[in-house]
Amino acid sequence: MSKAARKESRRKQPPGARTAPEARPAKGLSPDKQLDIYYYLKLNRMVEERLSALYRQGKVQGGLYGSKGQEAISVGSAYALAPQDVLAPMIRNLGAMLVRGVKPVEFFLQYMQKEGSPCKGRDTSLHFGGIDRGFVPPISPLGTLVPVLTGVALAGRMLGRKLVAMTYIGDGATSTGDFHEGMGIASVMRLPLVVIIENNRWAYSTPVAAQSLLTDLAEKARAYGIPQGVVDGNDVLAVHEATESALDLARQGKGPVLLEAKTMRMRGHSEHDDAWYVPEEERRFWEKRDPIALYEKRLVDQEVATPEELAAIVERCTSEIDRDLAVAEAAPSPRPESCIEDIYAPLADPGSEEAAPKTPASARRS
Amino acid sequence: MAEPITYLEAIRQGLWEEMERDRRVFMLGEDIGVYGGAFKVTKGFLEKFGKERIIDTPIAESGIVGAAIGASLMGLRPVAEMQFIDFIACAFNQITNFAAKSRWRYGAGVPIVIRGPAGGGVRGGPFHSQNPEMYFVHTPGLKVVAPGTTYDAKGMIKAAVRDEDPVIYLEHKYLYRLPRIKEVLPEEDYTVPIGKAAVRREGTDISLITYGSMQLHCLDAAEALDKEGVSAEVIDLRTLLPLDADAIEATAKKTGKVLIVHEDTRTGGIAGEVTSLINERAFEYLDGPVLRVTSPDAPVPYSAALEDFFLPNTQKVMDAARKLAAY
Repeated sequence: MSKAARKESRRKQPPGARTAPEARPAKGLSPDKQLDIYYYLKLNRMVEERLSALYRQGKVQGGLYGSKGQEAISVGSAYALAPQDVLAPMIRNLGAMLVRGVKPVEFFLQYMQKEGSPCKGRDTSLHFGGIDRGFVPPISPLGTLVPVLTGVALAGRMLGRKLVAMTYIGDGATSTGDFHEGMGIASVMRLPLVVIIENNRWAYSTPVAAQSLLTDLAEKARAYGIPQGVVDGNDVLAVHEATESALDLARQGKGPVLLEAKTMRMRGHSEHDDAWYVPEEERRFWEKRDPIALYEKRLVDQEVATPEELAAIVERCTSEIDRDLAVAEAAPSPRPESCIEDIYAPLADPGSEEAAPKTPASARRS
Repeated sequence: MAEPITYLEAIRQGLWEEMERDRRVFMLGEDIGVYGGAFKVTKGFLEKFGKERIIDTPIAESGIVGAAIGASLMGLRPVAEMQFIDFIACAFNQITNFAAKSRWRYGAGVPIVIRGPAGGGVRGGPFHSQNPEMYFVHTPGLKVVAPGTTYDAKGMIKAAVRDEDPVIYLEHKYLYRLPRIKEVLPEEDYTVPIGKAAVRREGTDISLITYGSMQLHCLDAAEALDKEGVSAEVIDLRTLLPLDADAIEATAKKTGKVLIVHEDTRTGGIAGEVTSLINERAFEYLDGPVLRVTSPDAPVPYSAALEDFFLPNTQKVMDAARKLAAY
């Protein structure tokens, strides 16, 4: 078969067909860790299901951006990070935030606009975190995080920390200038940056075929002369393994890595969107490939856990969610006037001692 | 005895001293390293501080500012150069959406400086002469400074580097090497506080509120008005965000007649904001309408004939001041 014909035949296959997960043993992950991953996958989905119910009750306003069908990417990739690494999640990476230590209560508080929410009721969705917790929070304009994480990777190197900066980008956002500017700078500076293209086939209502003529968006790495990879985004262990490899490459100091995880957004762009524009055939194809169901089957088939043991994990998720939601429901609304606070740092005379830089002694010139 | 130095050299000195003082400070931008910067502000920096701290980047303003933001979140103090400030438009999203809102959204300050040559008078045309201040003055969370003297140029770049919030530092390229404003600067370390205006000339009859290179026209006009028996006070705003409302209020109450002069275009320029502020704080003290002299609402033209018509000058300030003084 000629190269062109191969490409053509690949195009005609149902999306994702060539990367169907095989029932193979998990590389380097103990049974305990495999079950840990299962816990995060379930918690990811169940927190979002609960948020969806709250949305229908009118307790969550604004956009609610679910990740149903994509949980394996968030969980599998974040599970590969080292503690010192910095992650910038996007709006569908709630699972990655759970893996990195965010508790369900924070999502409930945040989405219900309560006092004590990570953003004090000022900002929406998953726009929270901070470097002290290993996160850079996203903003709504897309692609913006790639240059910012380039700067994180740069600072990591300047400060002598062996960290990798990692972020996600949707298929749609790979069309933005910021994506290319960030990749361009990171590549020529050989910065330890991993960008995971979460190709869920739809940017709101725009199909991936209307974003790019490439079959694999990871091919965009060629423009920067950097390593690329494509992985089945519905196979959590494959995502984990591919991310580990990408992180290793980045840690070796050779520059950024672009990894594409292929998946499908199984709900609308946001809760209000019923995704009527998605062809029925495409939706049905991907429904059969639910990452959590596939993983459950593998854990049981390979005798990592019994169905009862998995049920116990689900039970644990339920009780954590119930407990956390009760806390969030009881929390008051923020003080209205607090929206005009914290715009600038407290005033200090730049020349005064209080304003003197909080520099570690080692970083200062003597 | 130290030699008088230029405005450009003052910026250079300020940056140099801050880089020596604090190892967290570093610079990134286009052609700032080997070449020493398009205007030579960073000449010699690469040799002194090394390529780890003086970073030549690809042509990618949004990428540069984004990288500066990321590095600042990690505790560093980046200074990003826009080769011409006009190109800051390419980084608008990173500045207004990411940098300006981070502290308010989730408590993380973004202590970056974005600096570059602004302003006209050098026959640079519509993409090398702009005054982009008001795009940013309208964004809470940012600070916008525009020093108009050599002393301030140094003191304010140092204050900007030490500031905990994102600062847009507009250096007027017409002033870069202007002999008239050369100054002997103090040998010791000093900063000029962000958010404080300066009284450049005391007066009692009329206030000329201005900033940047336009203060030269205001000072010249004040000199001429003095000969006509009109005592003009000249206020240099220096910082456009946050505005020094107290200084504006004080001079309005003192003279009762205010003329605002800026090089930026008219509609949505800072003059409108200053006028409102005076209405709110000093209306009863006014003895005439608050007037303004600005560039017209057009892009900055290239030809000398056009640019000379376009920019405010001493004559235009005099005409407006005489009119106001006559009330």
